[in-house]
Amino acid sequence: MRVPVSWLREWADLPEAVTAEHLHAALVRVGLEEEDVHEFGVTGPVVVGRVLDFVEEPQSNGKTIRWCQVDVGEPEPRGIVCGARNFVVGDTVVVTLPGSVLPGPFPIAARTTYGHVSDGMIASARELGLGEDHEGILRLAALGVDAEPGADAIELLGLDDFAIEVNVTPDRGYALSIRGIAREYSHSTGAAFRDPAHAPGIEADLRAWTAARTSADDFPVVVADDAPVRGRPGCSVFATRVVRGVDATRPTPPWMVARLRLAGMRSISLVVDVTNYVMWELGQPIHAYDLATLAGGITVRRARAGERLETLDGVVRTLDPEDLLIADDSGPVGLAGVMGGASTEVSASTTDVLVEAAVFDPVSVARTARRHKLPSEAARRFERGVDPELPTAAAARVVELLVALAGGTPDPLGGLVGHAEARTPIRLARDRASDLVGVDYSPEEVASTLRALGARVDAADDGWSVTPPSWRPDLVDAASLVEEVVRITGYDRIPSVLPVAPPGRGLTREQRLRRAVGAMLAAGGGTEVLVYPFVSEAAQRVFAGEAPSVRLANPLDPAAPLLRRSLLPGLVEIAHRNLSRGLTDLALFEIGTVFLPEPGRSY
Amino acid sequence: MHGRRDRRSGAPGPSLDSFFVSEPTPISEPAVQAAVDAALAAIATAGTTAELKAARSVHAAEGSQLARFNAQLRNVPADRKAALGKLVGQARARVNQAIAAREAELSEAEERERLRRETVDVTEVPSRWRPGARHPLSTLMERMGDVFVAMGWEIAEGPELENEWFNFDAMNFDADHPARAMQDTLFVDPVDSHLLLRTHTSPVQIRSLLERPLPVYVVAPGRVYRSDELDATHTPVFHQIEGLAVDRGLTMAHLRGTLEHLARAMFGAEAQIRLRPNYFPFTEPSAEMDVWQPHAKGGARWVEWGGCGMVNPNVLRAGGIDPDEYQGFAFGMGIERTLQFRNDMNDMRDMVEGDVRFSQQFGMVV
Repeated sequence: MRVPVSWLREWADLPEAVTAEHLHAALVRVGLEEEDVHEFGVTGPVVVGRVLDFVEEPQSNGKTIRWCQVDVGEPEPRGIVCGARNFVVGDTVVVTLPGSVLPGPFPIAARTTYGHVSDGMIASARELGLGEDHEGILRLAALGVDAEPGADAIELLGLDDFAIEVNVTPDRGYALSIRGIAREYSHSTGAAFRDPAHAPGIEADLRAWTAARTSADDFPVVVADDAPVRGRPGCSVFATRVVRGVDATRPTPPWMVARLRLAGMRSISLVVDVTNYVMWELGQPIHAYDLATLAGGITVRRARAGERLETLDGVVRTLDPEDLLIADDSGPVGLAGVMGGASTEVSASTTDVLVEAAVFDPVSVARTARRHKLPSEAARRFERGVDPELPTAAAARVVELLVALAGGTPDPLGGLVGHAEARTPIRLARDRASDLVGVDYSPEEVASTLRALGARVDAADDGWSVTPPSWRPDLVDAASLVEEVVRITGYDRIPSVLPVAPPGRGLTREQRLRRAVGAMLAAGGGTEVLVYPFVSEAAQRVFAGEAPSVRLANPLDPAAPLLRRSLLPGLVEIAHRNLSRGLTDLALFEIGTVFLPEPGRSY
Repeated sequence: MHGRRDRRSGAPGPSLDSFFVSEPTPISEPAVQAAVDAALAAIATAGTTAELKAARSVHAAEGSQLARFNAQLRNVPADRKAALGKLVGQARARVNQAIAAREAELSEAEERERLRRETVDVTEVPSRWRPGARHPLSTLMERMGDVFVAMGWEIAEGPELENEWFNFDAMNFDADHPARAMQDTLFVDPVDSHLLLRTHTSPVQIRSLLERPLPVYVVAPGRVYRSDELDATHTPVFHQIEGLAVDRGLTMAHLRGTLEHLARAMFGAEAQIRLRPNYFPFTEPSAEMDVWQPHAKGGARWVEWGGCGMVNPNVLRAGGIDPDEYQGFAFGMGIERTLQFRNDMNDMRDMVEGDVRFSQQFGMVV
């Protein structure tokens, strides 16, 4: 999970001058292992420039360059050679002045090119590490940015930000979000945490929306899972919202592009970027539909044999009856929790957007993602469990951003189908944590630690009744609660005590014999080798006859699918390898397993 | 070479034959018989295949008396041609047969002699020999096992060809856990036999709990298998050592104490252990274990060594044990990895290739 630091700072109080080392050290203490650091690698001076004038000069190599006069906020304009032609006089652009460094590293200096001294460079999005676009230079107007010449473009574009990357273990899906990481940072350091799921913008949107609507505004959603996988309903919560009058052609603001970029995602289009942004921030996968292309309401159901769907990646997929689908009156429009369909995709002409924020069953999503080889970011989160209390808030956050950035208007249409299952309280005996960890925790410390995690802790006979927070499906028994106590209070507090085992019987006769044989063979000049036990049919026949063998279903090497019945083929192979290296004085032995099938049993 | 005459470029001299060829002996029965007798005598006295070859060139080959008689047959009168031809032909045939028979005799004797000379007596005790070597992974596993045997623990074993239930279900892996996918685990054909090559030594935990009386203190070193390609840091066949202690009142403090003891035995008295939160299906709480190596080449450092934790209550139940009465801890580490950072072995491939020089540099100790 990549965490842009400016984003983290919005929801947790970080030190003013925060370093990657500090963040990694804080997060590894609570079990989020350090993986990497990502940065743009752009250093200044990189400034906003306005193109005052340019002359086009055809060159002998067939190119036409522009010799530009660019106002970079200095008394005199600078002369800059530019190979791109996608700008006009008056455009604001990003100028990397001599002394700046672009990712590569690519240091910029004043240099003579095409007969002029170019006093800097006008940069493309790709040169700045902001995207793949290298067709022309980056025009700030295209990003919706208005800035004065001379302004610091690094700060303006968010290129001074960096991201840390941590490894999230499969039990902690909630940490695949800025929300989860900010919470864990707070657990580790005691710094203040603000829950983005309850941000003022979301609360305000939900208040206004609730007040504006009646039950007649419910968007029609039917959840009809007639074949749950392993008895678990495929969809427990399904929230929808509608935003109308969206201008889908507006640019994604640079701060969002920069954060998505640092998080490892490409900027695609404003509406798609907003859904990805909210997924990264809250951990709730979001899907946006072009409302005009949906035929009627939405049904969540299993696929029927032979049904097909073209997914967003342009692949037409034959569906399996176990796949959970989003369908409208026309048929399948999405693989639930894995990937949307092409027919209802948001495009530049989209004006009304239907926002979906749902919770799908981890097993169902995992199987579909594996079956169709679609390990999407959405699937990754559903497989690990998404907070079932999140969908309404996450959809509201999408609405908030589409209103602010795409000029949309919230519509009363929308709704919530299903609800989060109430969590079963877990009994935790007062001394359980101390008994299991070996640290003398006070009852107050245990209770307050669990409350800080978001759990509800009620006194019960000889201990507590603990209701885990909605985002922690991994907390299922007393041992998992104890793990939280020791994790948050620190593994460093565990003392070291060597247990006294009852007297054992030492090595068994077989173990002693095996060691003695190994020692004797080695003392007698043999060199022990350890050989893979995979053999070919021919080798097995030569060294072990025609007797039945154990066969692997998915051998590493299709030419060696059998498990050896004799150690000899391996030893011969090793002898051959040694001989071919000129080692002729050889005595080899192996003490290893052979695999002899039980007669009458098929393997 | 200038000024000297090259003898090979000189004109050929007169043939030597023209000086020494005398009047040929005429073909007669006694003369033929004499040639045959001389040939048979020479063949009979030839003691080696080389001597036989020499006898053949004197008595049967081009230039021998019998060959000359044969050549003269062109010149004999027509009426005697048949009789003399028969005489000479039979004589030559007798000599050739004798040569062939003697050759078979001699080469058989020579082969017998060669085999006798090359015979190795595998039972003979040499007066001195060069010692071989154990594989360092075997030695290391035994050493680590001994640290525990010395504390009263026992060494437990389990099959490498394992039942899916012991490897996964009993260890609290969900039926849809990604490790169960074919790309990670080597399954036996047919797949519905539910047999696989164990992916970790952890199934020995369950086997020990089911087979042994409580309390249980065991370590289980052994081979494990994953569907990985061989490279500098991965091998599809590798070794782990698993530890399991289940008793009344065992805590994470005992886990730390045990690991610290092992670390000091392996890395010296100043070695330390650090635990970090982590996740494994079969332990709760779980931890990643780092070891502080004060004497590492290139400076003291923390190195990730293995995983550990308190045995998950579900695993205890699968082993038929009441988790309210007994609790325990488990740990596991890779032997290859231990050898890698303990003995500065950079490439995993050296450990599996079987080049005898690799093991021989260790001899009998690691």
